[in-house]
Amino acid sequence: MKQTISVLVENHPGVLARISGLFSARGFNIDSLAVGETEDPTVSRMTIVVDGDERTLEQVKKQLNKLIDVITVQDLTKTKFIDRELILIKVGVQNSKDRAQIIEIAETMKANVADLGLHTITIEAVGETSHVENLIELLRQFGIKEIVRTGKIAMEVESKEKTKTTEEEEE
Amino acid sequence: MTTKMNGAKILVESLKKEGVGAVFGYPGGQALPLFDALYGSDLKFYLVRHEQAAAHAADGYARATGKPGVCIATSGPGATNLVTGIATAYMDSIPIVAITGQVKTFMIGNDAFQEADIIGITRPITKHNYLVKDVNDLARTVKEAFHIASTGRPGPVLIDLPSDVQLAETEFHYPHEIQIRGYKPTYCGHPGQIRRAAKMIAESKRPVIYAGGGVILSGAAKELREFAEKINSPLTMTLLGLGAFPADHELSLGMLGMHGTGYANHAVQNCDMLIAIGARFDDRVTGKIDEFAPHAKIIHIDIDPSAISKSVAVDLPIVGDVKCVLSELLKIVHRPHDKEWTDKIVEWKEKHPLNYKRDDKLRPQYVIEQICEATKGDAIIATDVGQHQMWTAQWYKFMRPRELLSSGGLGTMGYGFPAGMGAKVGRPDSQVFVISGDGSFQMNIQELSTAVVNNIQVKIAILNNSYLGMVRQWQEFFYGKRYSHTKLENPDFVKIAEAYGAAGIRIEKKEEVRPAIEKAMHTKNVVVMDFKVEGEENVYPMVPAGKRLDDMIGSMA
Ligand SMILES: Cc1ncc(C[n+]2csc(CCOP(=O)(O)OP(=O)(O)O)c2C)c(N)n1
Ligand SMILES: [Mg+2]
Repeated sequence: MKQTISVLVENHPGVLARISGLFSARGFNIDSLAVGETEDPTVSRMTIVVDGDERTLEQVKKQLNKLIDVITVQDLTKTKFIDRELILIKVGVQNSKDRAQIIEIAETMKANVADLGLHTITIEAVGETSHVENLIELLRQFGIKEIVRTGKIAMEVESKEKTKTTEEEEE
Repeated sequence: MTTKMNGAKILVESLKKEGVGAVFGYPGGQALPLFDALYGSDLKFYLVRHEQAAAHAADGYARATGKPGVCIATSGPGATNLVTGIATAYMDSIPIVAITGQVKTFMIGNDAFQEADIIGITRPITKHNYLVKDVNDLARTVKEAFHIASTGRPGPVLIDLPSDVQLAETEFHYPHEIQIRGYKPTYCGHPGQIRRAAKMIAESKRPVIYAGGGVILSGAAKELREFAEKINSPLTMTLLGLGAFPADHELSLGMLGMHGTGYANHAVQNCDMLIAIGARFDDRVTGKIDEFAPHAKIIHIDIDPSAISKSVAVDLPIVGDVKCVLSELLKIVHRPHDKEWTDKIVEWKEKHPLNYKRDDKLRPQYVIEQICEATKGDAIIATDVGQHQMWTAQWYKFMRPRELLSSGGLGTMGYGFPAGMGAKVGRPDSQVFVISGDGSFQMNIQELSTAVVNNIQVKIAILNNSYLGMVRQWQEFFYGKRYSHTKLENPDFVKIAEAYGAAGIRIEKKEEVRPAIEKAMHTKNVVVMDFKVEGEENVYPMVPAGKRLDDMIGSMA
């Protein structure tokens, strides 16, 4: 089971090492991790996608909460949220037919051509994980040379239901 | 206007503001300014002979007094020598504040002389750690460190202080209050959960209380006793829980687990309600995890949410400080007293008593019984790790909290003696015994110097079996008696004691045991007692690792 966790942390050196150290020391698997400053420059947000069973995920959240530098832990899977990731895919081009097809796929998939070379085309796309993964599948036939992904970022959005942080859940 | 001070002086003043009564440490290049500030200050400083001992002494001080212990070392090798002591405190949730010198801020990361990334090294074994790069952050950092170390689930905190920050000057203001937005330990349990617990307890027929070190850390021994008596529930303790409940109480089952009593383990395996209080279901306690307390509903009271359902799924968690939760629970809990269960317990106690061969030989268990009698159970006992540790847990009757100091989680040989010193410094009016092994004692034997020079009168009982006994026991049981590197050829401990200026007594016969203990108690010096005990005595009962708790290798079979 994959879960998306959004973690607010103190924005100072060493915090990333604390978090990644926690994951490796306890044998948790990180699928992706994206970090950036928030509207408050003293705070960073990490979006972490973890894979594991219910019990492991519970432990992940509790262990994160235990870190002094972690301000809040939010399990987005339990809320209404949107997520995006940015992907760059470099595809090999054999001939002009390939080239036309690749560009057509990119256009239909609302992706952009980021670089056009003699032997490769690089496509950039933004979207939900399923969307970018579809794109990868469609481009695979041409021979993918390289993929770079940012990892998922996610944000809770308005919802009528009450949302919960893990802290409240403990009660 | 306040005058300016340098970082080193600020650190010393901050420690004084925290009411620190003793500091254990060892100097070096990157701690020179700090040691200069200590010179002539009224902070009581103890110079150890190895930094590991400073960390253990701070730990022993904390366990015995309940106040955070403090240790100081220089950068690089000084700091890395603290690591075992910090990890020991971390595993047992003991509040210590470790302060290390560090190379100058602009040298960090350059592989400078005596540079070690102690922040990186101790990240997984501290509750939190700080590298202070700006002297203006120092006073607040010290305040935070003490707060974090001693509240919530306690633990070690390290402050790494580069030597240029020690020298940089600023005005000293010690903050009264601090706000740490990411740190808000839960204090009292959820009232709804407490009500549900009371209901479950009321319906239980065969309850057992399983109390751990958290009871002692929370200062809840009184509440625990009232609780056990009110619901008339038998109570077993972990190694770190010993002393939380009086050993001679009729509801006491002693210690459970791998070397626990037969009756404690049987009671746990047969209970229908297990109330875990400040305990964490360690594998040495549970044995085979999926067959631990198989008939029981489990209530778990713990201040650390991550301790809940970590290894054993519990039916009802209550996150909160043990003392507070028990006080609330006491107000509403009732359980009809029925004799059936307590009778069953009495039957097990009669059928599976702790035992050893009471013949003319000098047996280690006898020595511990005699120490217990001679001190009337009114002493602080620090142990090392091995067979002697388990015999101490079994045969010494711990009546009060904070009187057993032992490395439970990490199982650190070499812990006992320096921890005992720390305890004696913190509670000078108490009798302090160190019960050690011939192997363990040699891991910090150099501290005889610290103890003698500072007149820290601990009494050390070496249960000298000429073996790394606990490992030998496993080799006997599980490796066909192939005693690979567990036989010890030991030095003359009496002569060693004397060379350091301590008193030494060798005990070779059973009848010499009691007089030697009495003599040690009345000798106004550090005393080393070398008890030449039976070499191949085993600790019974024993639940082999990974077996069910009631699958015990019996006593004296
Ligand atoms: C630092 C350290 N190294 C190794 C061990 C593994 N170990 C556990 S018990 C033990 C033997 C201890 O021997 P001794 O101190 O003589 O005690 P005894 O078991 O003989 O009573 C050893 C080597 C340990 N616990 N700690
Ligand atoms: Mg030994």
